[in-house]
Amino acid sequence: MSMAQQAEPAVGTPPAPGRKETDGRTAERPLVLRLLARPEVGVFLGAVAVLVFFLIAAPAVRQGGSMATVLYQSSTIGIMALPVALLMIGGEFDLSSGVAVITSALTASMLSYQLTMNVWAGVIVALIVSLAIGAFNGWMVVRTGLPSFLVTLGTFLILQGVNLAVTKLITGNVATDDISNMDGFDQARKIFASSFDVGGVQVKITVVWWLVFAAIATWVLLRTKYGNWIFAVGGNKDSARAVGVPVNFTKITLFMTVGFGAWFVGMHQLFSFNTVQSGEGVGQELIYIAAAVIGGCLLTGGYGSAIGPVFGAFMFGMVNQGIVYAGWNPDWFKAFLGVMLLGAVLINLWVQRTATRR
Amino acid sequence: MTSNGTGTHGAVLPDTAPDRNGPIVELRGAGKSYGNIRALHGVDLEVHPSQVTCVLGDNGAGKSTLIKIISGLHQHTEGDVLVDGEPVRFTTPREALDKGIATVYQDLATVPLMPVWRNFFLGSEMTKGPWPIRRLDIARMKETADQELRNMGIVLDDLEQPIGTLSGGQRQCVAIARAVYFGARVLILDEPTAALGVKQSGVVLKYIAAARDRGLGVIFITHNPHHAYMVGDHFSVLRLGTLELSAARSEITLEELTNHMAGGAELAALKHELAQVRGVDVEELPEAEDLTAPVATSPSSEGTS
Ligand SMILES: Nc1ncnc2c1ncn2[C@@H]1O[C@H](COP(=O)(O)OP(=O)(O)OP(=O)(O)O)[C@@H](O)[C@H]1O
Ligand SMILES: [Mg+2]
Repeated sequence: MSMAQQAEPAVGTPPAPGRKETDGRTAERPLVLRLLARPEVGVFLGAVAVLVFFLIAAPAVRQGGSMATVLYQSSTIGIMALPVALLMIGGEFDLSSGVAVITSALTASMLSYQLTMNVWAGVIVALIVSLAIGAFNGWMVVRTGLPSFLVTLGTFLILQGVNLAVTKLITGNVATDDISNMDGFDQARKIFASSFDVGGVQVKITVVWWLVFAAIATWVLLRTKYGNWIFAVGGNKDSARAVGVPVNFTKITLFMTVGFGAWFVGMHQLFSFNTVQSGEGVGQELIYIAAAVIGGCLLTGGYGSAIGPVFGAFMFGMVNQGIVYAGWNPDWFKAFLGVMLLGAVLINLWVQRTATRR
Repeated sequence: MTSNGTGTHGAVLPDTAPDRNGPIVELRGAGKSYGNIRALHGVDLEVHPSQVTCVLGDNGAGKSTLIKIISGLHQHTEGDVLVDGEPVRFTTPREALDKGIATVYQDLATVPLMPVWRNFFLGSEMTKGPWPIRRLDIARMKETADQELRNMGIVLDDLEQPIGTLSGGQRQCVAIARAVYFGARVLILDEPTAALGVKQSGVVLKYIAAARDRGLGVIFITHNPHHAYMVGDHFSVLRLGTLELSAARSEITLEELTNHMAGGAELAALKHELAQVRGVDVEELPEAEDLTAPVATSPSSEGTS
């Protein structure tokens, strides 16, 4: 049957197999330029620069324990920056991702506490809720065709309000009750918020999860059909649809992946602090987006990597902690961030021009 | 030279394509409105295996709208679309592709920032391995894409380069090679030669002939009556969204076809106008009476709009 479908173009002389003739007009570009055209290389250099800078400026950073703290800080941003980056490559934003983390933690915490259930019941319901929020965002975006900026701004406000109001309604307080004595807590804490020893240094388990998720995301993005579709729906969704890519499915599942990330980080917060402050999370969504952009993802979609945001998140963690270790006023953090963001955007712009220059 | 070694195409169809003699795709009184714009109305069209159906017409005549209905990009709002005699209503291009209908769109449907080979296989990727670790078969895809492009006379140094860096014609060749590769039963080409050089246009025409000889039904949209007449078995001329002419090759000459495309009577009027402008040679243009080709039987072509 395959023969029947074989294209048999009646072209005179197709090149004999083996002999590879080339166009011959493309000069081999210097390795440096080709490397720089990768979305993650700019941010890698940036991360190295920041690291070296603080190693020199703040001697305290040189200790293993400080490094573990930097990595922990980076991982809590980085775990969320990954799905946010995939979504951005897929051409959409999620402004609700910061408060969705808290929604997830609140759900698990209050459900388990109020119904005195095993915490795992709360954890699983929280996962369902988080995925549902993602699915709702995605569904609204593909159904209405509205910019995701608007749709998720709506979800952001809704969740922010619901987080505060429902928590107050149920606990009579702005924070949830301590769940550390509940069944299953220790087990869940092992998975979401434990530490382990590496040569005398306590490393948080989120660092491991972060790197595992980054590896999976990279593989999916570059080596699977679904990854191909992510680039396509972000790059040109009409073309993608025309050649048979399930655009709506891809976008909705990307939003749900952000939901999954929010759930994971929410669980981490719940099981490391035992209670949840219902008003938190606001503003975090911009940090995630910034980490993705610094990581080389194109704000307009269709271009980026999963490994870039890993370095992006590391830069955040490094600067954030580095300023503390250097003994400077922490107020400088935001200013630093702004500079990093602008620098990254400029590098991206330049890289994209070089990469696609004809 | 007749085999590229891989021999498997993305559109895997049951070998038993319904064994009937009728058309693969048929439109009966089909039409499409975009809101209050009636882009297409009462169009009859048949696509038979081993036949090339040419669709011609002015800009905005509704040619692209017509093929978008068949390829599943838009849904018709009146009449019927039948595939293998069954009425269908494709809601996504995927459904049409699954029936072996592949299309080269006028705007090419490529993703500029993605590499050439990824564009080639977009939506119909080759994979290997069992489910949880099922992954792209990158080596095979690159090799196939390279081979198919070489067959078209396009040699690219680097299939990793973003397709946006190719010239318009090269991009068109990629889109055509892709559709030829995936089109198992029906191949739709919307102005495929628009941006192509003489050599590549020739290759495309040969492709169309080759596809026809393999038993595919081809819909070929073009503005060039010479190209159409070289490969066409049936000619349909659209005008303001309705069928103005529908004729088999035996019923029409190239000259008549050209005249029809130019809008026959209008051309005669234009000739008259031009005659008053100094220096325009109008001797070669036809008179309205010269047009003797059969006119579409569609009764609705009169009195609309
Ligand atoms: N998405 C759309 N929304 C509204 N109107 C449309 C849309 N697409 C096409 N039209 C209208 O339908 C009519 C037919 O357009 P179509 O693209 O089918 O023409 P065409 O014959 O392919 O022209 P060309 O030769 O320039 O490609 C035009 O009047 C156009 O304005
Ligand atoms: Mg058109």
